[in-house]
Amino acid sequence: MSVTASFSRRARWRLPEIVFWLLAFAALLLPPGKHLLLNEIAILALFALSLDLILGYAGIISLGHAAFFGTGAYAAGLFCKLVTPDPHTGLAVAIVVAAALGAATSLLVLRGSDLTRLMVTLAVALVLHEVANALPLWTGGADGLQGMTVGPLLGHFDFDLYGRTAYAYSLVTLFVLFLLARRIVHSPFGLSLMAIRRNPLRASALGVPNRSRLIAVYTLSAAYAGAAGALLAQTTAYVSLEVLDFQRSADVLLALIIGGTGWLYGGLAGAIAFKVLQDVLSASAPQFWMFWMGLFLVVLALVGRERLGQGVRGLLAKVMP
Amino acid sequence: MATILFDGVAYGMLMFILACGLAVTLGLMNFVNLAHGAFAMAGGYVTVTLMDRWGVPFLACLPAAFVASAALGLVLERTLYRHLYGRDHLEQVLFSIGLVFIAVATTDYFMGSSQRNITLPSWLQGRREILGVSVGLYRSFLIVVCGALALGLQLGLTRTRFGSRLRAAVDDARVARGLGIPVGLVFAATFAVGSGLAGLGGALGVELLGLDPYFPMKFLIYFLIVVAVGGTSGIMGPFLAALLLGIADVAGKYYLSSALGGFVIYLVLIVVLVLRPHGLFARAR
Repeated sequence: MSVTASFSRRARWRLPEIVFWLLAFAALLLPPGKHLLLNEIAILALFALSLDLILGYAGIISLGHAAFFGTGAYAAGLFCKLVTPDPHTGLAVAIVVAAALGAATSLLVLRGSDLTRLMVTLAVALVLHEVANALPLWTGGADGLQGMTVGPLLGHFDFDLYGRTAYAYSLVTLFVLFLLARRIVHSPFGLSLMAIRRNPLRASALGVPNRSRLIAVYTLSAAYAGAAGALLAQTTAYVSLEVLDFQRSADVLLALIIGGTGWLYGGLAGAIAFKVLQDVLSASAPQFWMFWMGLFLVVLALVGRERLGQGVRGLLAKVMP
Repeated sequence: MATILFDGVAYGMLMFILACGLAVTLGLMNFVNLAHGAFAMAGGYVTVTLMDRWGVPFLACLPAAFVASAALGLVLERTLYRHLYGRDHLEQVLFSIGLVFIAVATTDYFMGSSQRNITLPSWLQGRREILGVSVGLYRSFLIVVCGALALGLQLGLTRTRFGSRLRAAVDDARVARGLGIPVGLVFAATFAVGSGLAGLGGALGVELLGLDPYFPMKFLIYFLIVVAVGGTSGIMGPFLAALLLGIADVAGKYYLSSALGGFVIYLVLIVVLVLRPHGLFARAR
């Protein structure tokens, strides 16, 4: 079998994937009540997907991915307040702004080792947090950005109290961006990223321009995170400083780790598991949730992500590439 | 001006005591321990509890905080940390974030989420005029205690048998083991001392930094800055970095508004990391 054939086989749609998306869209028909949670899941899934692009495919560890999420959220919020309430242009603007920030900071992030990256990404997020906090005229500071009135979707569908429109909006955005990501990771570009992650030296010996590829994927990932942030801002009509918190960066990392890095459904599955568990566990006490999350991480690290992942993933990878 | 410098030095000294354990685990042993602040928090809560509930004097609480955190560090090192020494950074990050979450949740559950304070003994309160500079007594106390500790650490690392064993174990664990150095024990002892110092720093810092269950997350970046800027060449690099951080932070918050001053240090961190990825005071490896 030729190499091309084997790669295009890997990129083919499988039945479980189709079922998964049909179910996700069918959830729109559920009676009202769960759509707010579903909306949160879709947003977190998009955010985790964006982290997966750099962590799972390109091997860049980030502890400050919330920087782009928050930037997207504030960009969408401010755009809505100051320019036009139309959500679609707002989303596009947020994506562009976050991508610009990603391109700018990628130059900082790509220098140095894992450790330097951890700290630079963390510091970038913290700088933005401080900036947002220091400009209450623009961002509302600690009170958050209030008074957003988001216009109707496609000019027809208003965002309702039960979140059905919100979920539809987030899910469609997630689906479109997922299709794009799926196309990208199965392209030669995506394969070269995986080559860089496995062995940067060998990849560059094969003629892969490591640096520009990493800058490109970092920018792409920032754009995705910005889209997720914009969705949150528009569907809740509110942006608080929390969008830039360290906690948010840690949460998305955890969601992605639960689902597994390096395959696109990892972020989606992780987001579902994460939000559902959070919903159940923090119902009794918020500390419970944090404690169990911490315990899970410790056990995961001790057992070994690879070893634990292999069992689950081996099972799933057979049905979902 | 002189007062700001003085306060900055005191703050920096405190940061050094808090972060020097991390300088060893992260800088020398190359273990990303984001949970370092949890040991500092443990020391802080030991002090608060001892003082509030049993009326133990402040000075007696300090050694207690050191011992409690060191014991905690030793237990965790022997049971959990040592399994992760050789792993990749992502797993160490996940593990230590997990520990931070557990620490925050447990503390929140048992101690409550409110900010805790202590009442310093009267001889440490207030300010004095010395050579025309208004000097806080507690800050002078901090400078004396932390300065003595820093000196002791430097001598311990460079002049004692344990120090040379540690340096050998860090430089090349396999050869050190071959020479009969008990590498595991050396690391465990180092980890315990580092955690103990963090606990001591937490106890000393309650007055300056405040104490609540989110302490490990709030100050994480400060510890990382000390290590990142200080480099891995030993104790002096992080010490100078801590002083720099303290002065920059205090001066930044004084001269700019407190909100804007907050991110001066982050910008400094980014610039340093970009220009000198191995720290300002790194030796060539």
